Amino acid sequence: MNANDFNPHTPLSSLAPGMRGTITDIHTDDALRQRLQALGFRSGKDIEIIRKASFGGPVHYSTVSLVARRA
Amino acid sequence: MELLTGKILLGGDMAEIIDLPGIYDIHGFSEDEQVVRHFLHDNVPDLAVVVLNATQIERQLSLLIQLKQLNLNMVVLLNMADEAKKFGITIDGDKMAELLGMPIHLISAKYGQGQPEAMQAITKALRYPTPGMAEALRTQLEQDAHIEHEMARVLSSAVQVPARLSDTRTDKLDSLMLHPWLGLPIFFGIMYLLFQGIFFFGQPLQGGVAELLGWLRETVLDPACAGLPAWMSGLLLDGIYNGVATVAAFVPIIILFFLFMAIVEDTGYLSRAAFLMDALMAKMGLDGRSFVMLLMGFGCNVPALMGTRVMRSRSLRMLSMLVIPFSLCSARLQVFVFITAALFSPKAAPLVLFSLYLFSFAAAIITALLFKRQFANTEPFVLELPPYRFPTGRQMLLRGWHEVTHFLRRASQFIIAGVVLVWLLTNLPASAAPASADTLAGMIGAWLHPLFAPIGINEQLTIALIFGFVAKEIVIGSLAVIYGMSGDALGGALVQQLDWVQAYSFMLFTLIYTPCLSTIATLRNESKNNGFTAFALAWSLALAWLVSFLFYQAARALGY
Repeated sequence: MNANDFNPHTPLSSLAPGMRGTITDIHTDDALRQRLQALGFRSGKDIEIIRKASFGGPVHYSTVSLVARRA
Repeated sequence: MELLTGKILLGGDMAEIIDLPGIYDIHGFSEDEQVVRHFLHDNVPDLAVVVLNATQIERQLSLLIQLKQLNLNMVVLLNMADEAKKFGITIDGDKMAELLGMPIHLISAKYGQGQPEAMQAITKALRYPTPGMAEALRTQLEQDAHIEHEMARVLSSAVQVPARLSDTRTDKLDSLMLHPWLGLPIFFGIMYLLFQGIFFFGQPLQGGVAELLGWLRETVLDPACAGLPAWMSGLLLDGIYNGVATVAAFVPIIILFFLFMAIVEDTGYLSRAAFLMDALMAKMGLDGRSFVMLLMGFGCNVPALMGTRVMRSRSLRMLSMLVIPFSLCSARLQVFVFITAALFSPKAAPLVLFSLYLFSFAAAIITALLFKRQFANTEPFVLELPPYRFPTGRQMLLRGWHEVTHFLRRASQFIIAGVVLVWLLTNLPASAAPASADTLAGMIGAWLHPLFAPIGINEQLTIALIFGFVAKEIVIGSLAVIYGMSGDALGGALVQQLDWVQAYSFMLFTLIYTPCLSTIATLRNESKNNGFTAFALAWSLALAWLVSFLFYQAARALGY
């Protein structure tokens, strides 16, 4: 399944594990964007949702192995 | 955007240096990346000095290959080479330079290593400035596939990182370790095995060292000091030697503890623990990293407090720093191992110790829940999960050695001074019988008695607690001095004086009350806030008294 089928404003954390997509844009403050870029999370990169922690915990993304708490 | 520029004299010529923003990708669309792209497009520099972070070489090499395609005259500086070495990353600069066809220098800006060579290389490279930039630049910028290929070629032959699991193996292991239902039980299982392992291997060693130190006193030191005046041999043997020896017997356990922690840390499992625990920590206003710092605090609170520097949100950092001192650090562990071994049966002792770890977490949780509104956290939680790595033998040896020297430093700074002071307090004035109510220690104990009687702590233990304020290792050291005996004999003396309720109340108080002097100094340095430091101190004292009071009075009311 491709995330492009979704509303572009769908938050990443609402996608299900196994879904893939391409990052087209990152809307956030400069500090977080800088950090995400340092981790290889930037426009043009393909990502996959790998797993979500239980109890509403963080989401695990590839292509770099990255976890982020759901908003 | 304003670019920082400066002029310096290089090899007899003035050179203008322009500092471009730090970027990861010349193809990127961030503002910084656009600035760099436009700058290079419009002003071809005579020389581009590219400064990369050597610890992240795997990720940063792509930028270098992208830049190489622009046919710029380039010198590459791999900064933080000292850090990379610590992480076990070996970079063959010459090999890399040969493969990439450009000068590469390993430097450490922090310590100045490699700086003169780098300046020479820059001066030399400036003699042959970039001829100009081909118009085909834009099309060259698109060749992503070529970049990936080049990167793999250079990385595989010029960079060695510690052995790590392949990405597919890491994924497989993660699907077990980070399993939605099994992940947390596995984590607690690992922690349980870790502590079992420490005591299984550590306690025989501890007993051996204690016996050795006792034998040393009987056969060497007692005869050697026989000719000295009584007060002096008392100070040297019953004071300094007994005090330090009692503490030194725990060094093997502490080394094992840090070795085991280092293994867990070096494998990359701690960031998994942060992932697993983040949801629960979020409910307390903390995040997964705070949890990892609490775990690190089990070793020593000081590095754990400094570890909170990775948090950008000040309130998250303050709240984490408020709860970390409740972590049952290895110094407090020594006190508890000693007292549980003396007062509880071999079967009950591990359970008692485990219950203290639970109290340690409970104190942190209660504190976080009570104060999370004062330190509201808005920082997003983003964390990299590195591939699993195998810890190298060298790193572990270094770690063990570091702990030995750390102990020796603390011994020379605090423990000797502490036990000498305790000896003086329990032996002065000279007219009083040692450790009696007429000594200075007895007077202080009696003066504080109204405060400590309701929690079941007697005068002798009160004195030990006062010195535990400086360093928790001194607690058992000073008990050895107060009772004038060490090892098993000291344990026996404690059994004569205390029942288990008093002992447990004393351990609860020791666990929660003010962290050691080093921790307080670190709290002050890291928070840069005297009010916060004073608050952290006062709160832990109050909580310790309250918890001990509730436990002691409840246990007595129940007839124990």
